[in-house]
Amino acid sequence: MQIANQVKQLIRKEMLLEWRSKYALNGILLYVVSTVFVCFLSFVSVPEKLTWNALFWIIMLFASINAVAKSFLQESKGRHLYIYTLVSPVALIIAKTLYNSLLMIGLTLIALLFYTLVFSFPAGADMGMYLVATVLGSLSFATIFTMVSAIASKAGNGGMLMAILSFPIIIPVLIVLIKLAKNAIDGLDRSVSLDDIGLLAVINVLVMAASLLLFPYLWRD
Amino acid sequence: MQKSWWKILGAVLVIYSTIAGLLLGVPHLDILNETIRNLYFHVPMWFAMIVLFSISVFYSIKSLMYTNEVYDLKAVEAINAGIIFGVLGLITGAVWAKYTWGQFWSFDPKQNFAAISILLYFAYLVLRNAIDEEQKRAKISAIYNIFAFPMMVVLLFVLPRLQSSLHPGNGGNPGFNSYDLDSRMRMVFYPACLGWILIGYWIYTIRFRIRSIEHQTN
Repeated sequence: MQIANQVKQLIRKEMLLEWRSKYALNGILLYVVSTVFVCFLSFVSVPEKLTWNALFWIIMLFASINAVAKSFLQESKGRHLYIYTLVSPVALIIAKTLYNSLLMIGLTLIALLFYTLVFSFPAGADMGMYLVATVLGSLSFATIFTMVSAIASKAGNGGMLMAILSFPIIIPVLIVLIKLAKNAIDGLDRSVSLDDIGLLAVINVLVMAASLLLFPYLWRD
Repeated sequence: MQKSWWKILGAVLVIYSTIAGLLLGVPHLDILNETIRNLYFHVPMWFAMIVLFSISVFYSIKSLMYTNEVYDLKAVEAINAGIIFGVLGLITGAVWAKYTWGQFWSFDPKQNFAAISILLYFAYLVLRNAIDEEQKRAKISAIYNIFAFPMMVVLLFVLPRLQSSLHPGNGGNPGFNSYDLDSRMRMVFYPACLGWILIGYWIYTIRFRIRSIEHQTN
C-alpha cells in the first residue's frame, strides 16, 4: 500500500515538473514534427507501404530515445539523494516506467496523427491493429529505455553510452514491432498478428521483471 | 593430474572430432555436399558461447549479491572468452554460407540476429571501459549483463523461429535431425560439442587466472 502511494506521489511530481517547464514535451514534439517535415521535403510522398512503415518507426525510435533518456540523466545529484531518503527504489522505478509509458503513448499518438496528416495512411490498412502496434511499441520503448537510462546515468557519461547500450537491446523488439505494424498495413487478418502481440507482451513483462529486480542494486551507491 | 582430467578430455575430444569430422563418412545431400561437415565446427561454437555467457550471468548475480571483485573478474573473462567463440561461430557460418548460399553475408535473419547478440556484449565491454571506479564498474556492468541476457536468448532462440530463414533447421530446410539417417554424424557431433565447451571453459579459467594475477600485482 505504501509503495502504491509513493508511486502515485512520484508520478505526480514528474507530471508537475514537466508541466512547469514544458521543456521536454515541447522539445520532443518539435523534434518529431520537424523530422516528419524534413522527410516530407525530401520524399514528397511515400507510395510504398514498406517505406511508410519503416520511416515511421525510425522517427519514433530516435524521438523515444531522446524523450526517455532524460528521465534519469536529467536528475541532479542532490535531488537524487533527496528522493533516495524518501521512497523505496521499487516505487521509483515503477513510477518512472509508468510516467514514461504515459509520455510515450501520448507522444506516439500525436506523432502518428501528424505523420498521417503529411503522408496519408496507406489504403486497405487495418487502422485499429496499427494503433495496437504503436501503443505496444511505445510501452516497450518506455520499459527498456527507462532501465537503460538508469544504467547510463549511473555510469556517468550520458547520451553516448545511452545509444550504445540501448540499440542492441531494442533491435529485437523493433523487429517484432515492424513485422506487427506491417501485418496491420497489409490489412492481414488479425489472428495472424496474435503471436507477435504475445511475444511483445512477454518481452515487456520480462524487461519489467528484470528492472524491478535489478534497480534496487543499481540505485544504492 | 586428477584435477586436469577434463582439460585432457576436452583436448582429446576436439582433436578426435577434427580428424573424424574430416575423415568419417557423412550422408550425401544436394547443395550441402561435403560442407555438411561444418556442423562439427560451427554449431559447437554457439554451444560453447552460450555456456560461457551463462557462466558470466551466474557470476554477475553473485557479484551483485556479495560484493567481491573476484566474481566481477570471472564474469568479464567469461564474456571475453564467449565473444571469441561467438566471432568464430559467425566466421565458420559465413565461410559455409559462401559455398552453399553463394555469399559470405546474405543478411539472413539468423546471421543478423547472431551479429546483434555479439554487439550486445561489445556494448557491455564499452560500458566497462566508460567507468573508472572499480566497485561501481563491477555493479553497473553486472546489472547490464543480467539485463541483456534474456534479450540475447530472445534474439538467438525465439526470433529466428518467427522469420523465414535459409539456415538449416528453419522454414523447411533440413535440420540436424534429418541429416543423420544412420547416426554416423552423432558419433562426431556430440563429442565435438562437449570438447569445445570444455576448451572454452579452459580458456576462460586461464584468462581469469592471468587477470587476477595482474589485479594483485597492481
